[in-house]
Amino acid sequence: MTTTTTRIERHHYDVVVIGAGGAGLRAAIEARLAGKKTAIISKSLFGKAHTVMAEGGAAAAMGNVNSRDNWQVHFRDTMRGGKFLNNFRMAELHAKEAPQRIWELETYGALFDRTKDGKISQRNFGGHEYPRLAHVGDRTGLEMIRTLQQKIVSLQQEDRRTHGSYDARIRVFDETTITELMLDGDRIAGAFGYYRESGEFILFEAPAVVLATGGVGRSYKVTSNSWEYTGDGHALALRAGATLINMEFLQFHPTGMVWPPSVKGILVTESVRGDGGILKNSEGKRFMFDYVPDVFRKQYAETEEEADRWYTDPDNNRRPPELLPRDEVARAINSEVKAGRGTPAGGVYLDIASRLPAEEIRRRLPSMHHQFKGLADVDITKEPMEVGPTCHYVMGGIEVDPDSGAAYGSVRGLFAAGEVTGGMHGSNRLGGNSLSDLLVFGKRAGGHASTYVDQLAARPRVAVSMVETAVETALAPLQRDTGENPYTLQQDLQAVMGDLVGIIRRENELEDALGRLAELRERVAKVSASGGRRYNPGWHLALDLRNMLVVSECTAKAALERRESRGGHTREDYPTMDPQWRRINLVCSLEGDTVRLDRKPLPKMRTELISLFDRAELAKYLTDEELAEFDALAAADAKAAAAATAADAAGAGAAEKENR
Amino acid sequence: MGTKRQFRIWRGDADGGDLQDYTVEVNEGEVVLDVIHRLQATEAPDLACRWNCKAGKCGSCSMEINGLPKLGCMTRMSTFEENETITVTPLRTFPVIRDLVTDVSFNYEKARETPAFAPPADLAPGDYRMQQVDVERSQEFRKCIECFLCQTVCHVIRDHDENKSAFAGPRYFIRAAELDMHPLDTKSDRKEYAQSEQGLGFCNITKCCTEVCPEHIKITDNGIIPMKERVVDRRYDPLVWLGSKIFRRGQVPQTFVTSEHSPGAVRSHAPSGGTHSHAGGSHDAKSETQAQQGVNWHREVPKPTAPAVDASGRLPLTELTFDRAAAPSPFGDDVTFPLPPEHLNFAHPQQDEKH
Amino acid sequence: MTSSATNPRGVRARAAIAAKTLRTDRWWLAPLATVIGLGAWITYATVRVFMHDHYWVEKYHYLTPFYSPCVTDRCIPEASHFGQYLPGWWIIPDAAFTLPFLLLFRLTCYYYRKAYYRSFWLSPPACAVPDGHASYGGETRFPLIVQNSHRYFFYFAVVISLINSWDVVLAFRSPDGFGFGLGNLILLGNVIMLWGYTISCHSCRHIIGGRLKHFSKHPVRYRAWGFVSWLNVRHMQLAWITLGTLALTDFYVMSVAAGWISDLRFIN
Repeated sequence: MTTTTTRIERHHYDVVVIGAGGAGLRAAIEARLAGKKTAIISKSLFGKAHTVMAEGGAAAAMGNVNSRDNWQVHFRDTMRGGKFLNNFRMAELHAKEAPQRIWELETYGALFDRTKDGKISQRNFGGHEYPRLAHVGDRTGLEMIRTLQQKIVSLQQEDRRTHGSYDARIRVFDETTITELMLDGDRIAGAFGYYRESGEFILFEAPAVVLATGGVGRSYKVTSNSWEYTGDGHALALRAGATLINMEFLQFHPTGMVWPPSVKGILVTESVRGDGGILKNSEGKRFMFDYVPDVFRKQYAETEEEADRWYTDPDNNRRPPELLPRDEVARAINSEVKAGRGTPAGGVYLDIASRLPAEEIRRRLPSMHHQFKGLADVDITKEPMEVGPTCHYVMGGIEVDPDSGAAYGSVRGLFAAGEVTGGMHGSNRLGGNSLSDLLVFGKRAGGHASTYVDQLAARPRVAVSMVETAVETALAPLQRDTGENPYTLQQDLQAVMGDLVGIIRRENELEDALGRLAELRERVAKVSASGGRRYNPGWHLALDLRNMLVVSECTAKAALERRESRGGHTREDYPTMDPQWRRINLVCSLEGDTVRLDRKPLPKMRTELISLFDRAELAKYLTDEELAEFDALAAADAKAAAAATAADAAGAGAAEKENR
Repeated sequence: MGTKRQFRIWRGDADGGDLQDYTVEVNEGEVVLDVIHRLQATEAPDLACRWNCKAGKCGSCSMEINGLPKLGCMTRMSTFEENETITVTPLRTFPVIRDLVTDVSFNYEKARETPAFAPPADLAPGDYRMQQVDVERSQEFRKCIECFLCQTVCHVIRDHDENKSAFAGPRYFIRAAELDMHPLDTKSDRKEYAQSEQGLGFCNITKCCTEVCPEHIKITDNGIIPMKERVVDRRYDPLVWLGSKIFRRGQVPQTFVTSEHSPGAVRSHAPSGGTHSHAGGSHDAKSETQAQQGVNWHREVPKPTAPAVDASGRLPLTELTFDRAAAPSPFGDDVTFPLPPEHLNFAHPQQDEKH
Repeated sequence: MTSSATNPRGVRARAAIAAKTLRTDRWWLAPLATVIGLGAWITYATVRVFMHDHYWVEKYHYLTPFYSPCVTDRCIPEASHFGQYLPGWWIIPDAAFTLPFLLLFRLTCYYYRKAYYRSFWLSPPACAVPDGHASYGGETRFPLIVQNSHRYFFYFAVVISLINSWDVVLAFRSPDGFGFGLGNLILLGNVIMLWGYTISCHSCRHIIGGRLKHFSKHPVRYRAWGFVSWLNVRHMQLAWITLGTLALTDFYVMSVAAGWISDLRFIN
């Protein structure tokens, strides 16, 4: 089959944004504001992206509720949450710019919940020292995506006034999937994909592509993620010559629904715990007190009484252990269930009914009340919920330049933002940091993609042969009729990942997983889809499988390599954190068809940033060598400070003399 | 542990289709969408159906179950009798694409026509101050997940397709209401817009939109009726009218919204209007060279000059008062066709080799 | 939008589903009940209004709301609290100044509109059941555009509710001065419900506070709006309850006036 016999719709754009979630839309807005002709590509309908699922809020140190909050504290929390494996520069930019990005949303029409003095209200969340999450009830993600969507509409209206067409400078291609990025040498030249609706092919010729495709959760059976999360962006980037980092770190949200079976994995927001919900095992014991790790011992309550006091008086009490970072809570629940103290459906109880009056629960957690009533016929104002860990977020992703979002590796013109990137969250993401991450880095990626386009001397061109190959690959599953059903393959892949590369990992299981993934790779190469090209979900899945598989391989390989437990990566055979490993990022790349794994040193934190931390805290994470360096630094600082005071004193003395 | 249940699912596309019978195994606690998924994984791998979050938050899996518009993921199987045959059909109001998937672009078009939030000019980001009681009404409408169940159930367009051009539907009435009640929105003619452009008058408040709303938004009571009352304020209320006559205040200028359907081509834009990218010549020499290489697609080129209008804002169409024998060019009279090739944004495939 | 961009609208057809509705529940029950309920009430009210008798209990000063205020020259003079202005033809209701407005208040009420559009006009009879008409213009043009005048009738209804309240006050009488009986309780209950229905009206909710952009600047009106909103949620129930209490009150007064029963007196 060649292009001459296949109809391909062609479009020219300056910036193509793949993904229409928070990061993608923010990037597109930025590119359009920079005057670039922008296309947004969405796998589902416009405004349905996975961002709508985010409930808790967007973390930004605005200090509206507690004025002691500022970007340094937010930065510290983020690094602490990520177990110091974060790319410090990303964490810094994020903490500094998040408030601006949130305020910007208000100018687009967002309506956050308010404080008494009319500012944006902020709520407590796991791992955040102060109330920091801007929120709207428990549907913050929906508010964000709707706001960005409506901002795009308003830009389109502006374009219609000046250019006569809504689509003049920014256009949304919904229900469109990109299967391949087109390269001209090492430069991005465009993107190739198909309309889901008609199955017709579409080619975008564009010098810059922003990937904002989200995560990889669909490779797991129990996941809070939707079908869209098949790791497309990760795989596209790999195939285009970019690299992935930290792929071993997956966040399992501690509280997903476990019953009924069909909704297993759907999220129960952390706000339930933030608003007073407690975790109990089948014996009725509030077990989280047994699972506070040493590094957090100082910040968390030791008795139930103290924990209960915290909800009303957070300044004089330590927080309840239910609000530990997600990885800790997920592991604790996992251990309880494994020890036979779980509920019949294999979870633990999350109880808010006995803690708050029914009316208050309905007011504070309307969508949770609604969700349990609707999906499980459980009234959370009367009964406890059954919850268990669910695959929620991938910390790893495309390795990017922190400031510009440009992908590392051999490719140029490729940018990324949001969950598809790696580094920002280190080994574990704090709740609420993802929504602000989308905005901060979405804007950066969109802006820098525009700058990149401006700097190009000549536009890269799409080679006909590349398009032909892409067409062939895309049509292959439809032309085979002997291969396996894509749904079976997906289930097998999910089983491998869930059982062998899940929350708790072991060396032999990971090796086994790699073997099975290799087998699956053979089978996926022969997958066949029945039916035609028009809105054929079987065919769509068959094409997505290849992406899921390569990303899963990265995860499994990296998980096998990292011999320690940290954040979203827990090795039963190496149960503790190892400071040596903190200095290393594992980088995945693609060599031909095989996944290659390299070690790469973590960038070193700048002096003024590292001095934001206590020595005692750093001692838990850093190697002796690094600590010695920190001490030297501190000593030099102290000396400088002493000198400065002495000089001040001398100056003051001199002044006094003169006055006499 | 599962039981066998009878299903009738509409299969087909715009060229036709019919209800097909399926017998599916259903387990405890499942919803209709699970059954659709089981069918996809077994009997009918190409059964088309939209879905995303499976938790009633994204509004993708809208379908009609036993004749009523519902979300597939929020309709529990336990709400049906064991021996009941469950009929699943695509949304009736919109053109079908295939099986349960319909073309909902009508809604996105209406969304694009609804004027966006107009931020106050004098407030910097971060300076917005709003009280919770003032934002709550709009927040209710912002719960909308855009499942379009209200749009599909509304008989104004469900039973009368010809009303589609003049009627925006409940979703966009509450969008207008949301903005009209937004404490900081500066646009004051949203009610007029709702009445004249969105077709608020078509609504006869039979409340089906409220009945089907999965987010339980009181679309009619809190959105549509208050908007109707706001229209009454401006147009029909005797006391308001009397008050404005007597006190000469409270008079908000009756701004009229330009109709989306009106012929807008003759309306000239402000001559100072920004840049325009795809036609005409450029002033900037550098951009020009780049343009000739087909590189800078957004070099600044002047907007075509709009034709002169007379005192009443109309084009002088009579030959007596006009210096030309025909109507002015919509592209501006200073543009002549064909355009010189160097003014076109066209990159010849072999161009780079030449340079 | 892919579709709108690549396919001009109107080209594609809807799903070919033969059945007019696939609803399997008893969707016709609600409209049917409305037709029966409203039909019965209207019949009763028409009969009563043109009966021109048994509306006034001389002894206890009970006046049925259907004849309040009684303004034709055939009215019993004691029952005409506000004078007599009209000739007493049988076609003219004795409460000619109020009944038409009350009728129009209810006719243009947002709840009754829903009820009769669905049940009598079949537009639509129930959700997702096809409209009984080939074309539809809604309330965009005459005559239905007149529905927008609900606000006027609300103002009238407030005045009429005041008159009804005055009737209730006047009825606390017996031949020997103050007194009250079961009839007073019924009259009082009726008028309270009438106020409930009138105040819970959507137009009232709008005037009281709904039209404000900033509740925070008008705390008193905000509280009033909150109260009216609370009532407004029950507007449908109040609409039916008042139909019931009106008929009941009238029937009781008629029975006492006609001497079929005697009023149960608590004091005098």
